[in-house]
Amino acid sequence: MSTLIRAVICPECEAEITLPANIMQNELIACPDCAADLEIISLNPVEIALAPEVEEDWGE
Amino acid sequence: MRIALLVTHIRPEEKLLIGAFQAHGIEPDVILDRDLHFNINAGMEQPAPNGSAWGDYELVMERCVSTSRGLYATAILNAWGIPTINRYSTAALCADKLHTSLALAQHGIPQPQTRLTFTPDAALNSIDSLGYPAVLKPVTGSWGRLLARVNDRDSAEAILEHRETLGDYQQHIYYVQEYVHKPERDIRAFVVGDETICAIYRTSPHWITNTARGGQATNCPITPEINTLCQRAAAAVGGGVLALDLFETPEGELLMNEINHTMEFRNSSTPTGVNIADAVVRYAITQAQPALEVAL
Repeated sequence: MSTLIRAVICPECEAEITLPANIMQNELIACPDCAADLEIISLNPVEIALAPEVEEDWGE
Repeated sequence: MRIALLVTHIRPEEKLLIGAFQAHGIEPDVILDRDLHFNINAGMEQPAPNGSAWGDYELVMERCVSTSRGLYATAILNAWGIPTINRYSTAALCADKLHTSLALAQHGIPQPQTRLTFTPDAALNSIDSLGYPAVLKPVTGSWGRLLARVNDRDSAEAILEHRETLGDYQQHIYYVQEYVHKPERDIRAFVVGDETICAIYRTSPHWITNTARGGQATNCPITPEINTLCQRAAAAVGGGVLALDLFETPEGELLMNEINHTMEFRNSSTPTGVNIADAVVRYAITQAQPALEVAL
């Protein structure tokens, strides 16, 4: 878990996203500008990517 | 205590669970389902993706958003004698609506009138016999996906024709239920072990009340009737950590609708005032134990 506040660029809309201080590896976040679902794929260095598309068997 | 959290990715629920484990002095190992590689010819001595032997874990908490990955993974882990939450046997019943309905029926638990057929013509007859409106559901799936409220025979014919063109064979299993005229809400109750820890009303003007579809969560007091029904239903599928969806009928009866085995609860702790993640972790700690050697 990171304690640094970092900013990344949304791969979908190129908005700058400030990440919460307690962001975790493989956490899902939503771009506040375009609402794209994103996944934190690396913390050091911080990298994000579009989250996988929802699949047919996803759920509870 | 070695505990693994098996995930597709980290959602708010998994983050809450990790925090709850840490509050109990446990740092769970997060394992991604995308990294899994099981050697079925070997046993629990083989390494998990992080290099630790699977057999070193006293519990694997399965939190995959992918139902199929979670099911297969727990099937393997349980075959090796590794405790999981939930157990494969429970997850397999909950993941398929027909199996859930069968378990409820076998235990005499009230549920909506339900029919199963295998052809569009037979499904049409079933819907006719139940009366309109009726509800057509896939036997697997979640978040209200592809649920259809069938209001009349014309829509029944159209929906069945569309279902028949879908490629997934499971769309050709016709699970039909009576439409329950619930009061713009249903009840979601959370069972952890032998306790119904809290419940919410999910309120929506739409007939699908899932919070994933916009249903609003408010606290639902646990009445003795809700508690008894939930305990019986949880026991019918083998128990564990479960979210149970109940309908209130116009006659005041409670019906058990569905049981979810990898429950979402991000919207439920605040209205109920119950720390669901902590309750789950406390239960998990009681279930953790060294893996039992199982002959393959």
